[in-house]
Amino acid sequence: MQLTKIRDLTTPQMKAMRDGFAEGLLNAGIANPDVVALCADLKESIKFHLFAEKFPGRFFECGIAEQNMAGVAAGLALDGKIAFIGSFACFSPARNFDQIRISICMMNANVKIASSHAAFSSGSDGITAQMLEDVALMRCLPNMKVVVPADALQAMKATEAIVQIPGPVYLRNGRSETPLLFEENDPNIFEFGKAQMLREGEHVTIIANGYMVFRSLLAADALAKKGINVRVLNMHTVKPLDEAAVLESASQTHAIVVAEEAQKFGGLVSAVTETLAQNYPVPVEIVAVNDQFGESGEPLDLTISRHLSEKDIQIAVEKVLQRKV
Amino acid sequence: MLLEISELQQKANNIRKSIVNMLYAAGSGHPGGSLGITDLLTALYFNEMRINPKDPDMPDRDRFVLSGAHMVPALYATLAEAGFFPKEELITLRKFGSRLQGHCVRNLELGVETTGGSLGQGVSIACGMALAAKLDKKERRVYCLLGDGESNEGSVWEAAMFGHKYQLDNLVFILDRNQIQLSGSSNDIMPMDPMDAKWQAFNWEVITVAGHKFEEIFAALQKARETKNCPTIIIANTIAGKGVSFMEGKWQWHGKTPNAEELNIALADLNKLDATN
Repeated sequence: MQLTKIRDLTTPQMKAMRDGFAEGLLNAGIANPDVVALCADLKESIKFHLFAEKFPGRFFECGIAEQNMAGVAAGLALDGKIAFIGSFACFSPARNFDQIRISICMMNANVKIASSHAAFSSGSDGITAQMLEDVALMRCLPNMKVVVPADALQAMKATEAIVQIPGPVYLRNGRSETPLLFEENDPNIFEFGKAQMLREGEHVTIIANGYMVFRSLLAADALAKKGINVRVLNMHTVKPLDEAAVLESASQTHAIVVAEEAQKFGGLVSAVTETLAQNYPVPVEIVAVNDQFGESGEPLDLTISRHLSEKDIQIAVEKVLQRKV
Repeated sequence: MLLEISELQQKANNIRKSIVNMLYAAGSGHPGGSLGITDLLTALYFNEMRINPKDPDMPDRDRFVLSGAHMVPALYATLAEAGFFPKEELITLRKFGSRLQGHCVRNLELGVETTGGSLGQGVSIACGMALAAKLDKKERRVYCLLGDGESNEGSVWEAAMFGHKYQLDNLVFILDRNQIQLSGSSNDIMPMDPMDAKWQAFNWEVITVAGHKFEEIFAALQKARETKNCPTIIIANTIAGKGVSFMEGKWQWHGKTPNAEELNIALADLNKLDATN
């Protein structure tokens, strides 16, 4: 794999993924007149506002009615539109899962489900808003594709890219500002279905996505001081999984840590371990939410209390190295 | 070319015979609603909708969404009667490998527009299709048939709000008001009266008709065409199991199929309704 260049992260520049998404949706709307957008009384929060201001005739406020929003999007898509729907992840794709399963996925409708406030980025809103099951829910649906960007620029490029991918796609964005990893004009910020190697290393590979990518890079820096060379893969596309990248890293480093900010069931952790178990079993350690809900607090407090911090990643790396044969 | 009422009645009777035959062959399925909506589908497919059985997926066809997807035997039998596919295929209903799935699955070759089976979803899809036609400035009209039991689903009322907000006057809901649902009379399961006032309160044009009288159905469809800036719902008072003596009005026949003896009685009942008699 080629190394994808990233910024110097010593004093990171911050930007929320949802703001990157906003620009991506606007660009997609400019590029393609069939793009329409629907939301459920969260236009500003999930950042559909740039699109809505530019294209008022192609933006539809559905009210607090996520089930109908998903079905209307399916109808629009069956008749030629590329429909983005958006809400907090706990409402869409959670509350409207039935509509996504039947009206969208079973008809392979060209609907893009963009969420915001996924996982602990919704911090103080508390347990109900902290959606940790969305990746698993979407990944297990036939026809659905799942993308979890690692920074705002990748969220923007992913939004533009998924317009070109026929059928349903789930795009998971966060609320909080996170470090920008990529350079503005890098042409390689996002390629659908292709993992990125953000750091080279031969002792162990961390496969991460979303917020966990930055934390994995910090963990890798800390481990380098102990003489441990860690490879970091950004697996922004959870489905279809870049199996070749997983297997190449497994065969070269013989130990894997999977890190995602979601329940450990069904999402990236499952995707990677399924692939390894069937093709090239190596020791794996998991950094993900372990069968727990959240609670109110700052994202950082929640990250630490749910064992998702860079320290937890370091511990997982050291543990997996002890198991390496 | 429009059909006379007597011709439509004969078409509907043919469709009902197909329905009982295919449900007998399938051994499972939903006769009550299927027989109850037959006249409504006959009206739509023979004298109302812009469709072409020889060009089933023509882009500017009118759309029909069966939101109450368990009533799909009526849709298949109507499509076959209209020439979308051979009637011989009807007895493959619900069989492994059949194109005629137990609940409808989108297949534009057959003329089946949407996949369904979870109630309260087709109504939203129909809203989206009506909106797409408006965005594209096309004359397509969208018809959606839903049940009164289905109206227990909250998402039906989400769609009702949406249809009003976006002034979808190219959208017509037809409510199969047969007063029964799977496990009892609708009034016992979940009372919905006054149904018309509910839809009026959601700012829809509401027209109530006798669901087995073609004159009333066509008058309502015509009024829907003339209605501007809001969607229309036609509340069709129907009889579940219509045409089969022992099924009429009985919730017990919502989801039960006839045995051989019952099939013979059903066909005898329907044969008596043939125009030649």
